[in-house]
Amino acid sequence: MSFINYSSREINCKLVYYGPGLCGKTTNLQYIYAKTSPDAKGKMISLATETERTLFFDFLPLSLGEIRGFKTRFHLYTVPGQVFYDASRKLILKGVDGVVFVADSQIERMEANIESLDNLRLNLTEQGYDLDKLPYVIQYNKRDLPNAAPLDQLRNVLNPTKVQEFEACATSGVGVFDTLKAVAKSVLTELKRGS
Amino acid sequence: MSGPDVMFHEEQQQISMVCARLQRDANAKAVLLIGRDGQPIAEAGDVDELDVTSLSSLTAGNVAATGGISKILREKDFTSQFHEGEKTHVHITLVGGRAILVVLFDERSSLGLVRLRVKKSSDEMARLFEQVAKKAAAKSQPSILTEITDSDIDNLFND
Repeated sequence: MSFINYSSREINCKLVYYGPGLCGKTTNLQYIYAKTSPDAKGKMISLATETERTLFFDFLPLSLGEIRGFKTRFHLYTVPGQVFYDASRKLILKGVDGVVFVADSQIERMEANIESLDNLRLNLTEQGYDLDKLPYVIQYNKRDLPNAAPLDQLRNVLNPTKVQEFEACATSGVGVFDTLKAVAKSVLTELKRGS
Repeated sequence: MSGPDVMFHEEQQQISMVCARLQRDANAKAVLLIGRDGQPIAEAGDVDELDVTSLSSLTAGNVAATGGISKILREKDFTSQFHEGEKTHVHITLVGGRAILVVLFDERSSLGLVRLRVKKSSDEMARLFEQVAKKAAAKSQPSILTEITDSDIDNLFND
């Protein structure tokens, strides 16, 4: 849930990157961290296993500038993508203001994408949210791979509600900031709309 | 979905004073007050060397995970936690179901003293959070959100 502090003049929001295991959620955050100036970011935290798979979450605090004298701060989180970490995913969705669903474009990961998206919907519902009412964008990651499914196929299956979508290659950074900007803008617009 | 959490200047000052008093009375190194979603709210004591943002996020994650455990065990929330370190110890308490109070202390204090002081301060903080919630619900203060225009948001994202 966003937090507005009239004393320190800050607007704080929480974004969550969701998606199947190894789809590139952590890579998105790592790219953002690497390309953001030191004064606009805090430390990136990764709670990962010894094999560098996300165990609980990654966390990256970002400052996006000021609106009407209020600093806007976004806290970026990833969830662990592996199926058996579902309890942890639920916890991280608490208080979410905006969601990025990172899909793995590889044709053989289509089932995993569908399962993760269903899981996102279900877990949000359990927390009292509705994905269709939440600021939400989709990123089709790994577009550079030879086994990437055609975009239309991904769209048909994963984006029936036609939310904003972006093609990306998180390792090289293509589409990473476009995705972030779109969801952050959508969160602020929703916050204003709900006031 | 409910509206955003807010904090107003008057209550922020009072909460900061309660944190400062707690830090002094408990002989603590530092006191942090954090929203349940991991947003830092107030701090007191020796925080210059601390990464407050990271500490807040990790503590909120820790409290959320503990809450998950309590659910599985069919317990009500575990309202406090204690981490014993070699030099620094951490006492974590939920305040009025809205915030997390963290006290960092060392050998100059004791768990008993911290617990005693935390109890009094957290009651006071819970009352202040109630006050904020009432004020926010009454919409007696002008909201920054109504002043924001679409072009303000667009300008934030212009390269």
